[in-house]
Amino acid sequence: MSASIFDIGASGRGASAQRPAPGDVSDLPAATLRRAPPRLPEVSELQAVRHYTNLSQRNFSIDNQFYPLGSCTMKYNPRGAHRVASLPGFADRHPLAETSASQGFLACLHELQEVLKAATGMAAVSAAPMAGAQGEFAGIAMIRAYHNARGDTSRREIIVPDAAHGTNPASAVMCGYTAREVPVGADGDVDFEALEAAVGEHTAGIMLTNPSTCGVFERRIAEIADLIHDAGGLLYYDGANLNAILGKARPGDMGFDVLHVNLHKTFATPHGGGGPGSGPVGANERLALFLPTPMATRDGAAFRWVEPADAPDSIGRLSAFAGNAGILLRALAYARMLGRQGMQRVGEFATLNANYLMERLRKEGFELAYPERRASHEFVVTFRHEAKELGISAMDIAKRLLDHGIHAPTTYFPLLVPECFLIEPTETETKEELDAFVAALAQVRDEARTDPESVKTAPHNLPSARLDDVKAARDLRLVHEPD
Amino acid sequence: MPFIPHTDEDVAAMLGAIGVDAIESLFDEIPPSLRCGPLDVPVGESEMEVTAALSARASEDESGPCFLGAGAYDHYIPAAVWDICSRGEYMTAYTPYQAEASQGTLQLIHEFQTMMAALTGMEVANASVYDGASALAESVLMAVRANRRTRRRRGAGAGSESATIRVVVAGAVHPHYVETARNIVQSQGIRLEATGFDANGTVDLAGLGQSLAEPPAAVVVQQPNCLGLLEPVDEVVAAAQAAAALVIAVANPVALALLAPPGEWHERGADIVCGDGQPLGIPLSSGGPYFGYICTRREFVRQLPGRIVGLTEDREGRPGYALTLQAREQHIRRGKATSNICTNQGLLVTAATVYMSLLGAAGLRAVATRCHAATRALVAELTSIEGVRERHCGPFFHERVIDVGRDAGDVATQTAAAGVTGGLPLGRWYPELANCLLVCATERRSDADIAAYRDVLRRILARPRGQAAGLASEDDG
Repeated sequence: MSASIFDIGASGRGASAQRPAPGDVSDLPAATLRRAPPRLPEVSELQAVRHYTNLSQRNFSIDNQFYPLGSCTMKYNPRGAHRVASLPGFADRHPLAETSASQGFLACLHELQEVLKAATGMAAVSAAPMAGAQGEFAGIAMIRAYHNARGDTSRREIIVPDAAHGTNPASAVMCGYTAREVPVGADGDVDFEALEAAVGEHTAGIMLTNPSTCGVFERRIAEIADLIHDAGGLLYYDGANLNAILGKARPGDMGFDVLHVNLHKTFATPHGGGGPGSGPVGANERLALFLPTPMATRDGAAFRWVEPADAPDSIGRLSAFAGNAGILLRALAYARMLGRQGMQRVGEFATLNANYLMERLRKEGFELAYPERRASHEFVVTFRHEAKELGISAMDIAKRLLDHGIHAPTTYFPLLVPECFLIEPTETETKEELDAFVAALAQVRDEARTDPESVKTAPHNLPSARLDDVKAARDLRLVHEPD
Repeated sequence: MPFIPHTDEDVAAMLGAIGVDAIESLFDEIPPSLRCGPLDVPVGESEMEVTAALSARASEDESGPCFLGAGAYDHYIPAAVWDICSRGEYMTAYTPYQAEASQGTLQLIHEFQTMMAALTGMEVANASVYDGASALAESVLMAVRANRRTRRRRGAGAGSESATIRVVVAGAVHPHYVETARNIVQSQGIRLEATGFDANGTVDLAGLGQSLAEPPAAVVVQQPNCLGLLEPVDEVVAAAQAAAALVIAVANPVALALLAPPGEWHERGADIVCGDGQPLGIPLSSGGPYFGYICTRREFVRQLPGRIVGLTEDREGRPGYALTLQAREQHIRRGKATSNICTNQGLLVTAATVYMSLLGAAGLRAVATRCHAATRALVAELTSIEGVRERHCGPFFHERVIDVGRDAGDVATQTAAAGVTGGLPLGRWYPELANCLLVCATERRSDADIAAYRDVLRRILARPRGQAAGLASEDDG
């Protein structure tokens, strides 16, 4: 641990170049004022810059390391896209500025909506949701609005596979539904017979990720769509894995009615240490009128906002202003650089890298969770034998990989595969990087046989040794306490 | 091939290792009927071309001085803030699940939590949610869980119409926040009930009293409110506490450097404090990405949604940081989680943390007092124009409603045409304020900016009504 910013200051010190001349506030009643100043850092500008620069160097990031975090699509985030979004005309535009003074931004938003329609096969897109989970909420709220508009209010269940992202059932519950889980079979596809048994007049819809969270394409998707639609339900597409099929297949063609796209995955916007994300939603003709606001629309040559009043059936706004607008600009810049051919190559090379890495690991003797299947853009490896024979967990292996300068893949997800890694190399990594990963993982496994203790106690070369999560939760220390 | 590093030799070697002839073979599990042709999007462009095209659009939106606030404020951002945030180590990392490889982000979030708790006068903070409006929605859900009375009722009949739980919105709370919160919570049997504001623009205490006759789960109050006015927060908290309702405060973090923190309102203070962090070093950027913050008492920490960072120890006994209380969250609890929220707004939290470190309590107070004085000067200049007056008389902070004596929407369009972002026409929110503009001057607005706005407004108001700049309107009535 570095010293806290609160420990390196001194009373009366500050970055005085950043202080405007104070103003007179004698008109404010004394009772409304703060009695004592808040305890904020008291540091010089250099101290602050040095502190946060030093802290940054205690992070792994895409710019520093291979980061094969399954389901998260940690691919290169183009600098050019960041610079475009930071241009003064965009960065300084007030969200409530007059439409006449916002034509540049509205043109960009409208163009992005059109790109996402083309990429997903949907009839209309709203870029309002601020993350994938908010996109899920929006989509399920739209499904609910659709059923309610038809007076069909008895449908109470949203079906989710047991391998689904945790956000899926959580979003369904936030929309007032019960989440009903159906199992995924040994081949990674949804168990169709179990699904048939679960579907009925109580079914409002189903949430599916395709390719799925098991890293395989859901082969019976067309039959699933018919099954759900015949029961009066709707299909929601969780776009977390759109990267795998971009330019190769579209959710709209598979029978999905509504979806979200994670721009911070497929469209390469930065993850920022946990956000911002962005989760635009798309809908087919049936659900388009329920899309959240605001959206951009076009009247001839001029652009304008679709406000709640223009869209009476909309589920309404989900943010104070227009969602994560700056992220939308980055996604548009990326989409423009890719263009038609570039988008198709995303799906192709993400899939090539995943299948190559999967085959290399198979040949090294690692166990695949779905060995008979093609990988999509990611795949699942299980260390259940290592766990049983060597007493080494997937988490131990993950921590030891960190010592090799490789960010660990996603661990223990999907939940139904024991001791697993979900590995997603992405299309922006070289063959050499993938080969180095194979070598590192093989070396960790060899070490687990010869010197298991060094794996169980990893990491050894990082700013912290393994951290005690139990103590963090039991002995809650959520703010810095002065000595 | 933008951003794809493969050479032809790489591709051949990789396909050979897989044992297929072509990349196309890797898609053989997708039914042919579901395959698509090339997408209907334009061909790709170089970074230079994209930059040129989008720069042209950006320059279309450049405008003169901004006197518009209404939840997003044009503060000065020190150069160091985004220099640091743009470092790849912050910008291109993900959620710090692997704590040992994420100590930078984790320590920064812990420092952020400390700063937000200090500003609001609360004990704990989360790592942020999407924005101020979603922070209010999450705070409402949290209050319903935290309030023992409503928690019991929810357990008894969650979701059914008869089990509707009320949350009272007192005074002038930002309409977009209320609308967002309503859209997010309504399916869970929670109803937001607005008591409105009186002629002074602040909470109608008599109306609030009536709403509390049957106790709600919580009362929401914003300080300063969305009209810039200071609410009688001590009275609101007293009334809410007497009704055993929790208090959710919505607060501007810059204002909190100067105003009494919600944790100290009426002794016991608010129970949950939330708001938008945009004023703390985040560019206006068309409304996002910003971040929402939520702070609370320690007793409610298990009901707090979103990521939380705790100080712990590593196996050698050295202090270090980790995500904690993850058993509340969707990736563990799935359908029983406190929220579906997955991300925080990490990069924006990074900006705010650096910003607060550079400004400190004294600097942040200077920003607050400078903005307030600038807004007072602005109001004095604008009301020197005949027919322009202040709408309210009570105390305010850095934002004010002025009545321009004619449709304020038209006036705002005309000031924009003259290069001034002149404030928010309030008719779109409150029809009775159709002649009013909500104006704000931050520390970035100079005396010259203010004088320029005064002159622009004087010229506009000197024209006959309904007449746009230089053009007589055909349908002028």
